[in-house]
Amino acid sequence: MFEAIAFYLFAFLTIVMFYITVTTSQALHALTALAAGMILISAFFFILGADFLGAVQIIVYSGAVMALYAFGMMFFDTTRELKEKKGNNAIIVGLSIIAAVLVVVIFAAPMVSTNMAAHYPMVADAGNTQEVGIVLFTKYLVPFELAAVMLLVAMVAGIVLAGKKMDLSLTLMDEAEIQQIKDEQNKKVLS
Amino acid sequence: MEIGLNHYLVLSTILFSIGLVGVMRRKNLLMLFFATEILLNSVNIAFAAISHYYGDLTGQMFAFFVIAIAASEVAVGLGLLIVWHKRHGNIDLEYMSTMRG
Repeated sequence: MFEAIAFYLFAFLTIVMFYITVTTSQALHALTALAAGMILISAFFFILGADFLGAVQIIVYSGAVMALYAFGMMFFDTTRELKEKKGNNAIIVGLSIIAAVLVVVIFAAPMVSTNMAAHYPMVADAGNTQEVGIVLFTKYLVPFELAAVMLLVAMVAGIVLAGKKMDLSLTLMDEAEIQQIKDEQNKKVLS
Repeated sequence: MEIGLNHYLVLSTILFSIGLVGVMRRKNLLMLFFATEILLNSVNIAFAAISHYYGDLTGQMFAFFVIAIAASEVAVGLGLLIVWHKRHGNIDLEYMSTMRG
């Protein structure tokens, strides 16, 4: 009973928040609505017994990702109204619904064929975090390490891209400008 | 009333279509990133629900990897967006036609 109430309440709130995110013309409203939606999604994970996933969702999304977006928005002009594409609304909604139904078919196909069995069943008398740790560090050790390397690469890429001197484009400049920059650098080195 | 797997899959579908509508009608690249976050999260709900109703932890594992990928996508994407904004002064999709694609 309580599960049903919680599910419908959080489902309604999440849909409203994400609807605001995709329709509002203010970037800041979209950002705050997205952050609220992320936290509300973690509620589903707690209902489903995936406690660790819910905690990770809150920490990563409303902590790291939202902080990154808020930081990035300082660089952009977010006060002006956003312009929208003036496309055919019927085509957009139709394509979205078709794609969403395809997603459901992809998820539901193994269940309909009834040959789905648990590869890594839940361990008895262990909390969700312990189970996750056992499976993650035995069966999924290599993907885990690869994810770690990928995050390192993303960190280096973020630092390099947002660093200085990246506002110059050598491909869009002509030879004289490039030569001028080189001369300035040489002067600095010599002096 | 019992909440089953289908309820979660329908919710995931609704959120996925909201995200797709956002991807198709937004012009600003930052708003497009928000829509992709919605897409990734809706799929995460489906993974967690299947993991719960089949007693299998694989769904939760994939949700973790999806979260890791989303985080690194945001870092690299925002870096590229900042570089673009420094050079051109806007982040609208219609001006990104240097390659005449």
